[in-house]
Amino acid sequence: MTEDIKTTPPASVSPAEKDDNALGRRGFFRWMTVGWIAFSVATGGFFTVIVRFLFPNVLFEPPQTFKAGFPNDYASNFVDTRYKKKFNVWMVRDEESIFALSTVCTHLGCTPNWLGTENKFKCPCHGSGFRMTGINFEGPAPRPLERYKISVATDGQILVDKTKSFKWEKGEWENAESFLKV
Amino acid sequence: MLQTFKDIIDILSAPTVSFTLLTIAFPFVFPPTDWFEKIHRKFGICRLWTKPGFYGGMIAITFFFVVGYFDPNFNITLTKADNFPIILMIYSMFIAIWWSMYQAYQNDDRLENGLKPMEYNDPDDKVLVWPDLVYIEFIALILFMVFLIVWSILVAAPLEEPANPAATPNPSKAPWYFLGLQEMLVYFDPWIAGIIFPIFIIIGMMAIPYMDINKKGDGYYSFKERRIGMFIFMYGWVVLWLFLIVIGTFFRGPNWNFFGPFEYWDAHKVVPLNNVNLSEYIWVKMLGTGMPTNILLREIIGFIVLIGYMGILPIILAKSWLKNYFQEIGPVRYTFLMLFGLSMLSLPIKMYMRWLFNLKYIIAIPEWFFNI
Repeated sequence: MTEDIKTTPPASVSPAEKDDNALGRRGFFRWMTVGWIAFSVATGGFFTVIVRFLFPNVLFEPPQTFKAGFPNDYASNFVDTRYKKKFNVWMVRDEESIFALSTVCTHLGCTPNWLGTENKFKCPCHGSGFRMTGINFEGPAPRPLERYKISVATDGQILVDKTKSFKWEKGEWENAESFLKV
Repeated sequence: MLQTFKDIIDILSAPTVSFTLLTIAFPFVFPPTDWFEKIHRKFGICRLWTKPGFYGGMIAITFFFVVGYFDPNFNITLTKADNFPIILMIYSMFIAIWWSMYQAYQNDDRLENGLKPMEYNDPDDKVLVWPDLVYIEFIALILFMVFLIVWSILVAAPLEEPANPAATPNPSKAPWYFLGLQEMLVYFDPWIAGIIFPIFIIIGMMAIPYMDINKKGDGYYSFKERRIGMFIFMYGWVVLWLFLIVIGTFFRGPNWNFFGPFEYWDAHKVVPLNNVNLSEYIWVKMLGTGMPTNILLREIIGFIVLIGYMGILPIILAKSWLKNYFQEIGPVRYTFLMLFGLSMLSLPIKMYMRWLFNLKYIIAIPEWFFNI
């Protein structure tokens, strides 16, 4: 009951009456600075961790350009699967040219298998099939496999550049960089 | 004897055969019209939704699995830890469908005789949520937890070696609940089967109460009062979803080829599947000319087919066969019903076109990632 009467708004307290617990103007700024720094550090740390989380711990990223042996190493009408695991590329030699085929199925991105006896690439996910040339002929794949830029390096080896790909449906397989005449 | 049975099952389970049989049999099991209903009664198919029908169904499913368990080939797929949910699904779906149809048929009889449905309660006779309902839910929850714990203890998780982008398992199967989707992807472009159809399925199911304005069957099981709606939904649910999951689980083998359940999974089985786009059929095979260079001209027939199917067919139906129905539900409901209904129907149509004519895409514009 008595409290009701004695309560006075803090603003009306005169500065003369020093209260040890009161937060002064300087004290307020000091604490606010500390508070803001702590808040920024915590938030920054939180978002740093979040951003770190977006990147995988292991990054499988072999170089985009690689050498794939000498043109004479390849037998005619042969699909070389040696570079599939590391570079996601099949090296194919047909009657007159060598080209580098992407191993990404154009339907939904699985990795097809080369079936030598049936002479085709066959995708295990939805059954898309591609001929040795990369042309799609069965299953749901809407377009052929992509080819990568291929050239001969100064030492005579084949140089495959995966940064540039050639799409059949855009007529890019005519491009001289998409195959190697042998 | 048993071998003959297995051979017959293998032949029947080829999707062309099993899908056709299921589709033809479906209206006789869930009769949408009087004519189907008559045959449904005459040949005693209605007995499936009685107690002997239940035991018969359960015995048939169990017999199939027992024979499969002792078969060296089927045993491999049947006892895979990933496939255990499918066995549960087949049983639980049969039980759930039987249980609702059993009650629906009893109610249909009662309503015919002028009685109230079994679920009818005196409006003043109320049941409390707590404890009556929550208590049942709580017990169900505990039992399910026990089941999951026992399952996880008994069956080891089917973990495989670390993922390797260069080595895709053959066959590569989605989680079991996505196998229906994976089966759709075989016949459609990823944009259609992977994005548009799943959205249509979800939105379409949410839209059912707005499109179906039949007030009967509200609060009680019944079949006859809403048989067309039941038939359409059950076809989409059982044949176009559950059955596709079963196909994906038991009938798809290496290289995503079809295998009968008792057949050996030969990775070198050769199935010729030379697929041709509609535009190639028209320009190359029929007209004997080359493909036109103009993309839109090249695919013009496909566009005509698509517009005819999705745009003109509903208008024709609204003026003729579905005239009364169109007037009953109005143009907005009708438009959405046709959009979802015809999209659903396009799945079996496309499957048959693939099986019969090796048709790949009706409209094929890989240049724009636009294939239907």
